[in-house]
Amino acid sequence: MSSIDNKDASGLKAELIADFQSSQAKLNGKSALPVHQLRGEAMQNFDKLGFPTTRHEEWKYSNVSNLVKQTFDFHTKTDFNQADLDKIPLPHLTGNVLYFINGVYNAELSQIATAENKLKVIPFADALAQQPELIEGYFGKYANYETDAFTALNTALANDGVVVQVADNKIVEEPIILRFISDVRSANVGSQPRNLIIVGKNSQVKIAEAYRTVGEEAAFVNTVTEIIVDESAMVDYYKVQNESDKSYHIGTTQVYQKGNSYFYAATATLNGGFVRNNLNVVLDGEHIESRLFGLYVPNGKQHVDNHTVVDHRKPNCESHELYKGILMDKSTGVFNGKIFVREDAQKTNAYQNCRNVVTSDEATMNTKPQLEIWADDVKCSHGTTTGQLNDEAIFYMQSRGIPKKEAIRLQLLAFAQDVVTQIKIDSIREYIEELILAKLEAA
Amino acid sequence: MLTISNLHARIEEKEILRGINLEIKPGEVHAIMGPNGSGKSTLASVLAGREDYEVTDGSVTFHGKDLLDLAPEKRAAEGIFLAFQYPVEIPGVTTINFLKTALNEIRKYNGQEPLDAAQFLKRMKEKAKLVKIDDALLKRSLNEGFSGGEKKRNEIFQMAMLEPSLGLLDETDSGLDIDALRIVAEGVNQLRDGKRSFVVVTHYQRLLDYIVPDFVHVLYKGRIVKSGTKELALELEEKGYDWIKNEVDALETV
Repeated sequence: MSSIDNKDASGLKAELIADFQSSQAKLNGKSALPVHQLRGEAMQNFDKLGFPTTRHEEWKYSNVSNLVKQTFDFHTKTDFNQADLDKIPLPHLTGNVLYFINGVYNAELSQIATAENKLKVIPFADALAQQPELIEGYFGKYANYETDAFTALNTALANDGVVVQVADNKIVEEPIILRFISDVRSANVGSQPRNLIIVGKNSQVKIAEAYRTVGEEAAFVNTVTEIIVDESAMVDYYKVQNESDKSYHIGTTQVYQKGNSYFYAATATLNGGFVRNNLNVVLDGEHIESRLFGLYVPNGKQHVDNHTVVDHRKPNCESHELYKGILMDKSTGVFNGKIFVREDAQKTNAYQNCRNVVTSDEATMNTKPQLEIWADDVKCSHGTTTGQLNDEAIFYMQSRGIPKKEAIRLQLLAFAQDVVTQIKIDSIREYIEELILAKLEAA
Repeated sequence: MLTISNLHARIEEKEILRGINLEIKPGEVHAIMGPNGSGKSTLASVLAGREDYEVTDGSVTFHGKDLLDLAPEKRAAEGIFLAFQYPVEIPGVTTINFLKTALNEIRKYNGQEPLDAAQFLKRMKEKAKLVKIDDALLKRSLNEGFSGGEKKRNEIFQMAMLEPSLGLLDETDSGLDIDALRIVAEGVNQLRDGKRSFVVVTHYQRLLDYIVPDFVHVLYKGRIVKSGTKELALELEEKGYDWIKNEVDALETV
């Protein structure tokens, strides 16, 4: 690691590099293992790349300068327990529910319901320390740690998270719910969870990641999830964010789909001071279907940025994308949707739509669809709209006796429904509905 | 029930109502006719509380209350219902949920308990029959993808559900074929119970063949220039509006 030069780095970057160097020192000769070699490479990449500025095309509207000025404790000990958890209920949770407090798996709070012959669940830290061969074939093979600074950082430094492996030909009935809680009651806390989800041929599973903050200090969550969807497998994946105004969430979900598979995602951002979600899907086989939904409801000065990449590499596949935003107060939103249709990917159907309602003159939405099409026999479309609620519709409801505030609320709820109804884990959907209601109530 | 005195209203800088006087008693049906641009629809909109219009003079009292002082939803709760000329499509909100919210808001305003699901469904079934509206339609998003006739029928259905004391029908006949017109008119007639009043805004006589008015008023240049009974409507049908325009314009130039 001699090539990492720490002397110019400051703030968060310096802290992270020092952190990496001290973790290397504890490897006790394991540093030659491929997994650790890869982590070393990732760290060098991060050192070279540094944190992105708004001059970077992919970060034009999302400014992380306030994040990188701060420091965070990445190794804080927390006594977060069941009593604390009871204060932030997510009701009717059933199935496989795994808790990560400040990014570290908490076995006491977690429960695994599905039999091991169907589903293997291993904390990432254990896989890294005891069974590196388990993750070697997948770890870092999909998520881009070469040019994406945050992914490089996570790849180098992630110390926990989860490895989920669904065997071939299994239907996992019980959902897998990963709850990530940042406990910032006593200090600024950083966490870098890393998840690897491997779904075997012809298998089916529903997975949700739910993020939230407890406490008043700042949180920095830099998360990477890699999902491998093998042939004819079906995966539903939901990401729910309910984090504090002082939190920074940067997350990448990297999906790799093989032939005849089906991947279905919904990302719901209810709260978070600064949120950047990257959802990248590679369709590397024929007859694949991908559906990506998103909903964001920022208020105050919250900032929510969704970047998606749908990469059609083979013929006869279909992708659909629908992102919807309700932007209140002085909030800002970004949607950047890339669709690649490679030369091989004839007969591709790819659709993208981003619709936004702004309820205040001071809220802003930046949308940017980017289609790059190299095949000639394809159907692609994209559309974005940003507007205000229809005054005539509000008057119509008022004229039937519904107060104006309620009329607005009903219409915003209806607007969000298209995405909310896509979520097939009841407890997660109800949780989102509740959060939206609370948020619109407060508006 | 409703007393309109010297009502003046404008939109932006354009004065549209220029001194309307009208008295409506319980159970009466008043037809408001007139050429295009005479202010007929404006009158209905001002009564329902549309924000685009500014009332510059005059007063409107409804059941003894100053109507112009009330927000649109309060006017509705007091018993005013406007059947829109162009009913609005509201994606994602079903007619059923919409009406349940509306009805219970009105009940709350009037100090009544909300209807429970069973009571609401019972009333809905009854009233749907009245205007021959299909149950399946009511489960869909409000007016979304409805035909012109279905939209107008839905307006009358909503009126039946909310049971106002005064129904304002704004060009309810526009865009309807003869069969749809008859169904809508029959629905309105079923709601005539001797106490409920109606203001029927229309350009043509044909709706009045079915909904027979007690009084007919002709609006021109923002004023009621002629009032009569249903025979006046027939006369207008036969002779058009020009003779009235000429009369009024002649007086103005004097």
